[in-house]
Amino acid sequence: MSLWCDKHRPKTLNTLDYHKEQADQLKKLVHSEDFPHLLVYGPNGAGKKTRIMCSLKELYGPGVEKLRIERQQFETPSKKTIEMTTLASNYHIEINASDAGIYDRIVIQEMIKTIAQTNQLDAQTQKSFKVIVLTEVDKLTKDAQHALRRTMEKYMNSCRLILCCNSTSRVIPAVRSRCLSLRVPAPTADQIAMILKQTCKTEGLNLPQELANKIALKSNRNLRRALLMCETAYVAHYPFTNDQEISEPDWELFLRETARQIVQQQSVDRIVQIRDRLYELLCHCIPADIIFKGLLKELLTICDGQLKPQIVEIAADMEHKMNLGDKQIFYLEAFVVKFMSIYKKHLEFSLAGCI
Amino acid sequence: MSTLPWIEKYRPKTVDDISYQDEIVAVLKKIISNDTGEFPNFLFYGPPGTGKTSTILAAARELFGPELMKSRVLELNSSDERGINVIREKVKTFAQFTPSGHRSDGKSCPPFKIVILDEADSMTSSAQAALRRTMEKESKTTRFCLICNYISRIIEPITSRCSKFRFKPLSKDILIQRLSFIAEKENIACDRDTLVTLVNCSEGDLRKAITYLQCASRLKLESGCIKSSDVLEIAGILKDDVIEKILDTCSTGSFEKVEQCVQNLIFDGFSCNQIVTQLHDVLIERHDLNDAKKAIIFEKIACVDNDLIEGADEYLQLLDLLVLIMKQMK
Ligand SMILES: Nc1ncnc2c1ncn2[C@@H]1O[C@H](COP(=O)(O)OP(=O)(O)O)[C@@H](O)[C@H]1O
Ligand SMILES: [Mg+2]
Repeated sequence: MSLWCDKHRPKTLNTLDYHKEQADQLKKLVHSEDFPHLLVYGPNGAGKKTRIMCSLKELYGPGVEKLRIERQQFETPSKKTIEMTTLASNYHIEINASDAGIYDRIVIQEMIKTIAQTNQLDAQTQKSFKVIVLTEVDKLTKDAQHALRRTMEKYMNSCRLILCCNSTSRVIPAVRSRCLSLRVPAPTADQIAMILKQTCKTEGLNLPQELANKIALKSNRNLRRALLMCETAYVAHYPFTNDQEISEPDWELFLRETARQIVQQQSVDRIVQIRDRLYELLCHCIPADIIFKGLLKELLTICDGQLKPQIVEIAADMEHKMNLGDKQIFYLEAFVVKFMSIYKKHLEFSLAGCI
Repeated sequence: MSTLPWIEKYRPKTVDDISYQDEIVAVLKKIISNDTGEFPNFLFYGPPGTGKTSTILAAARELFGPELMKSRVLELNSSDERGINVIREKVKTFAQFTPSGHRSDGKSCPPFKIVILDEADSMTSSAQAALRRTMEKESKTTRFCLICNYISRIIEPITSRCSKFRFKPLSKDILIQRLSFIAEKENIACDRDTLVTLVNCSEGDLRKAITYLQCASRLKLESGCIKSSDVLEIAGILKDDVIEKILDTCSTGSFEKVEQCVQNLIFDGFSCNQIVTQLHDVLIERHDLNDAKKAIIFEKIACVDNDLIEGADEYLQLLDLLVLIMKQMK
């Protein structure tokens, strides 16, 4: 049995639940044979991938849903072998080149060029080109992005790229200017509540409006997260009640507790304990920028108003430096220590003021 | 119906079709008209979409004809592996045989081959050093044309061996002229206003402008004619009232409101770069901020821009900037 968020994923452009106007535009675009490369961007859980798959289906028909997993090997100049896993149908292939880490450029150079140079596998289709879906292009190194530039022009006859990312700031202008950019905003809380109700109805369940709203608000406008929360709530307690608890992911609770501990005590011992907790999060593959934002959010809700701008500045600065450095833990810890120092000084100062 | 996107369909076929870059066009035309003419090593530099790649490809096609293009022209760009060995081996093999001065159709053609190194600024400096030696060794049979955006990223021994041409960002008039030419050929209605908007959104980059035009015509044509607002939407430019609203939020002085506002901008998927650029454009005109305050804000904008390029998180950077603007607006 699959999860609701997979089971009820719309499969055609016509059945997309929100941003309907954009779906119509995609349809028009797909039907004009000469459509350009696309850069689809927006936050996580906004439905970028769903939209892309629906467009491919519109383009090639149901054949794109017959997916197979393929493994390909590459050799780096230093004779190291890297293996890439891709997902492909007869018409398209999906690659996450950033999986190859610092070798992503080789993947782009070798793999994409080979695919682009070979012709459409299935002569039955009316389309003369195939589609390469590249996910997480914002995580590609600059080298790899440069490697895309001329490929995008040279092989336009035989292939189109659909690039997918969260943040266009990390995509080099040369790549951006070769694509049509499509922004996919996250669904609003209202839209999420509506989809939750609809999904429950298809499942033969009755979801009270109030609970739907509550889940939508806690979902951070992330539809996948909302559906997971809703399904968890269903497993925990059905029939639904309005005051039912909505469980949040463990790591978020853990992060909240970490923030509480930072505010509770500022000492060397505490720093050591916090370090363990940060390691724990990193070991569970929570991305460091998410930890930064999560910690900041929690700390801001606890600390005094006049400290806030300074703390934001430190968080932004440390996260930036982290991207240039190697060891994420250093920067997370530096942020924690700086926070503690500012917070402690502020406490002592206001205490002194009281006497 | 041709499936070629317009940037390829309307890529200049001959040197004569290249607009605005008169200097290089004159030089190349002279070389083409008497084909024994001196063909130096070239270095083309300038911003994207100004015709660098098109120019050399067009010139090569005119010199050698479509048939010889494959055997006489080697195009290496950043999508090819261009380490030191590749430069040495590939170029050496390519340059090996002295080419003749005749085409199969009997016409004469220059007795050399051309190696095009497109996007050369993404080559490492050791690969560039290897290239320099190769350029010297193969000088009898081969000419080189290097293309880049930033000439500062090319090592001096190479730049000093090339005759350098700067490709200027295309002027507004030229952009409008090319765009209306394409619009006419494609049978799409596009008024002057829309053309001006297209030009303003594309910063002298004709590739961008053509892509926008094509996208607009594909997405929006139900009304029969492309409107300025369609172009703005496709170019990812935020509506003026969205920017106004951001600044209004800052002027409330409420940290929580600013935090919420940033969160929503990120959820709506707006590009942080774009927001920052537009904030800058609006703030510079504001009369309720004195110069000292503007200076503080703009310094921050510069830092944020840099940090974003270096991969910093959009949410944190934008929050940092807007909180600072909030403080300056007090
Ligand atoms: N000077 C120009 N004259 C005519 N068309 C141009 C010119 N510059 C750019 N273009 C158009 O823009 C597209 C990209 O140009 P290109 O030569 O690839 O730019 P780059 O300078 O980035 O190499 C071409 O397809 C062509 O249609
Ligand atoms: Mg080019």
